[in-house]
Amino acid sequence: MSVPGEGLVKGLGVTLRSMTKRSVTQEYPHVRPDLPPRSRGVIALLEENCTVCMLCARECPDWCIYIDSHKETVPAREEGARPRTRNVLDRFAIDYSLCMYCGICIEVCPFDALFWSPEFEYAEHSLDFMTHERDRLSEWMPTVPAPPADVPNAEPAKELGGGAAPPGGGARVRRDEGEPA
Amino acid sequence: MIALEVVAKLLGCLLVFLTVPLLVGQMEHKAMAHMQSRLGPMYAGGFHGWAQLVADGVKFAQKESVVPARADRRVFELAPAVALLPYLFVLITIPVGPGQTARDLSVGVFFALAIVSVGVIGVLMAGWSSANKYSLLGGMRAGAQLMAYELPLVLAAASAAMAAGTLSLDGIVHAWRWWWLPYQGVAAVVFFVAALAELRRPPFDMPVADSEIVFGPFTEYTGLRFALFLLAEYAGIVVFAALTAVLFLGGWKGPFFEPQLGWLWLLLKTMALSFVVIWLRVTYPRLRADQLQKLAWIGLVPLALAQIALTGIVRVAA
Repeated sequence: MSVPGEGLVKGLGVTLRSMTKRSVTQEYPHVRPDLPPRSRGVIALLEENCTVCMLCARECPDWCIYIDSHKETVPAREEGARPRTRNVLDRFAIDYSLCMYCGICIEVCPFDALFWSPEFEYAEHSLDFMTHERDRLSEWMPTVPAPPADVPNAEPAKELGGGAAPPGGGARVRRDEGEPA
Repeated sequence: MIALEVVAKLLGCLLVFLTVPLLVGQMEHKAMAHMQSRLGPMYAGGFHGWAQLVADGVKFAQKESVVPARADRRVFELAPAVALLPYLFVLITIPVGPGQTARDLSVGVFFALAIVSVGVIGVLMAGWSSANKYSLLGGMRAGAQLMAYELPLVLAAASAAMAAGTLSLDGIVHAWRWWWLPYQGVAAVVFFVAALAELRRPPFDMPVADSEIVFGPFTEYTGLRFALFLLAEYAGIVVFAALTAVLFLGGWKGPFFEPQLGWLWLLLKTMALSFVVIWLRVTYPRLRADQLQKLAWIGLVPLALAQIALTGIVRVAA
């Protein structure tokens, strides 16, 4: 049987306890904030990995990645083989005034040429300066942190042999189920 | 010269009136912030934002004075004064030491409560003259709330006056004993809660809450008039905290040096009660209009009447 007004007193206790604990506020301009791992600040480009497959530009929901390229021929190394063609990157730009920081470009890149960096202080006074060209995007690369440590007791990544089949089989098509309820 | 003494006392009251509410306001900023796990003002004045309210005052003073085109101009302009000045007049009767009052009236309690009720008219004036139907609605709600809570306020104060045998505030403090804390405890709580509702402080801020009705009767006010309404709120907190301290907590009585340090004991009690006002604001959700009225009529009035009955029995029997 609870005492009438017990909840009222408990509430007062909660606020008083909050008052005596130190606030976690970080006064930003005077103090660098503690960002959590995998924070999304800006996208960095590792140019040597890029093969100009254009997947990132295609998958970007906002169409904010601008890529120009041309094909070059490279003589074959062996006898009798035809000359090899290579894509050469001319222009790689990301328009941060359009970017919505969804990360699809980084997820979809098959060659690990794009990375998240937690840097966020690149505001400008004009939208023109919000398009970062390939040299500026490469400059962000040193700020990309190492991947955070694996969660303890987690499954290893698929490329390292992890990823067991889901219960009941994987891509088996279920044809004999599905009685409309 | 007597006139000089009077002027000095009035100036002292004015000084208290202009500075202590700002102290309470700054305490509210910081205490409320830390209760909500944040920091509050840190920038104004350098050290933990002590000059925040000074900066606010300057900001409000330099704003344009806007009166809505269809508003009742005279009433609109006078409303802040009518809401603010009653608290200044009550300060004049509050004793800060044995025999040390700006002007002790033999009908102190009666005067204090009557004058504070004039502030209600200021709220109604503000709401009605604003030519805004939501302001009018807010003003009417505030009026209803203040009318409802006048009764428990007056009954609780009457109990204290009865226990002391005098209406003079200084006399009540002189008559106060430590065992009044349990004896008049119910009246103290009723008076304090009714005072919160008179001030429209959360959890009784339904007429002036911005998620309910923008700012109720004060919606159309900007600049200095707005600042004066805010000052009225904090001055009201100081005045009602001081009144509660004087009536129920022994006013200027303290462990030692009462004639010299009586003002200090009163200030400490007032600040402690102001902290409780802020604490209640942060902790409790808002009461709806009907819950608020129920609390007054079905909760506080019977409690106050029971307390008066107890006080009467003790006075007659003892």
